[in-house]
Amino acid sequence: MDLQNFLAMGGYAGYVWPAYGLTALVLVWNWWAARRSEAEALLNARRRNEYAREARS
Amino acid sequence: MWLWFHKLASPPHAYRLLGRMAPWFGWPALGLILLATWWGLFKAPADYQQGDAFRILYVHAPSAWMSMFTYVVMAVAAAVGLIWRIKLAHAASAACAPIGASFTFLALATGSIWGKPMWGTWWVWDARLTSELLLLFLYLGYMALRASFDDPQRADRASAVLAIVGVINIPIIHFSVKWWTTLHQGASVTKLAKPSIALAMLVPLFIMIAGFQLYFGWAISRRLRGEILRRERNAGWLKEAS
Amino acid sequence: MKRTPITHAARLVFQRDLTLAWRRWDEVTQPLIFYVVVTTMFPLATTPDLSQLRVISGGIVWVAALLASLLALEALFRADVEDGTTEQWVLSGQPLGWLLLAKTAAHWVLTGLPLVIMSPIVGTALGLPGEAWGALVASLLLGTGTLSILGGIGAALTVGVRRGSVLLSLLVLPLAMPLLIFGSRAVGMAMDGESPSGPLQLLAAIFFLSLSLGPLAMSAAIRISVEN
Repeated sequence: MDLQNFLAMGGYAGYVWPAYGLTALVLVWNWWAARRSEAEALLNARRRNEYAREARS
Repeated sequence: MWLWFHKLASPPHAYRLLGRMAPWFGWPALGLILLATWWGLFKAPADYQQGDAFRILYVHAPSAWMSMFTYVVMAVAAAVGLIWRIKLAHAASAACAPIGASFTFLALATGSIWGKPMWGTWWVWDARLTSELLLLFLYLGYMALRASFDDPQRADRASAVLAIVGVINIPIIHFSVKWWTTLHQGASVTKLAKPSIALAMLVPLFIMIAGFQLYFGWAISRRLRGEILRRERNAGWLKEAS
Repeated sequence: MKRTPITHAARLVFQRDLTLAWRRWDEVTQPLIFYVVVTTMFPLATTPDLSQLRVISGGIVWVAALLASLLALEALFRADVEDGTTEQWVLSGQPLGWLLLAKTAAHWVLTGLPLVIMSPIVGTALGLPGEAWGALVASLLLGTGTLSILGGIGAALTVGVRRGSVLLSLLVLPLAMPLLIFGSRAVGMAMDGESPSGPLQLLAAIFFLSLSLGPLAMSAAIRISVEN
């Protein structure tokens, strides 16, 4: 099957590709959001530690 | 054995464990999803009736499955947290919500996209899509309730009650919606019903579902770590660790 | 010391709420007026043609009843939580679920029941035929009852949340969709001359399920809202 036919998806390209594209988008968002949520929490925790250390010293 | 379980519920231990587990979920998930995508788009034969449009099944069905799976996990974790007062379980429940909501949204969007070439309209009130829509409302309600409390403990417990009430309602909702659509037959009898598929066409579907499940494992691990950090703000182990 | 039997305590709660509402009867009529106003909106928004409205009249009455009930439910526990009565109940050692159920029952008598009584009138204004009155009243009786319990759970969870009424609706409406489906379907079937017993039985089943499990969820929710 050549590239042209593959991309055309039997005429349904306008539906198949956006559907897969949206899927990729949601999966990437979940990946990004999960990492960001963890990174933010880690950053906040570190900051709080530093303030606590400064307050003690 | 109970010792192991208690250890698991301890936040610092869970934090470390999840950190080690995450890549074991993540990389295989990526591999399986890519494999399923290639197989579904390229290798599997086109459907007799729907042509290449049916390939949307390979993203629509796994999303719908995950949306429901995640809600059940969310509700079970909530129940565990409520009954045995395990904070980690509440944290897991909270971590599930955005993941599940995004899968529900994806199921709705891909279902809607699939509907257009098949039945000519962007939206169709069939049993599955309507149930998914109501599931999305349940997720949004859960997240809205959580967000409305300042006190995290109250947020945990209130949303846990809601999740449990919701999960009991899900079979009722599914049944009622199915009943509702079968009354108004017309052309809607087999909307989005999986056509009798050959095994060759089913393989990418199972691979994709497996990939999504592992992906869920990865996402939950990372989010749960974030939740633990947020909740254990004042705990000693956190102060020492960093 | 002799402990008050729970049935006595529950009845006291029930009577107290009715008495309090009697003194503020304008609060009781407001949901009813809302009900009529909402049903008026539909013909204005669509068509004055009764033969067309008739087809969806059952659905309109049901939707309006759901919305009016939800509006009233937000305040179900607020007053008692604010003045500390609920805390006393939690501490009293009496089965909390019964007390909350008594309160919910009183609330239903004041809001749900009037809606049910008004429904044939409102329905007729939308073209609903007389044959369907029975199904309409029966389905709404069961439906508003169930909704009071579901709404009670939601109200217990959101008591003290600012602008809780929108959140309450967001939480309760998805759970109430099956009621809507079966209720309006019962009316539809009665209009078509079929027996509405199927959906009515399903409504009854859901009602009894919520009656048995609802108070459990309500007391859990109230404890969460009241305890610090």
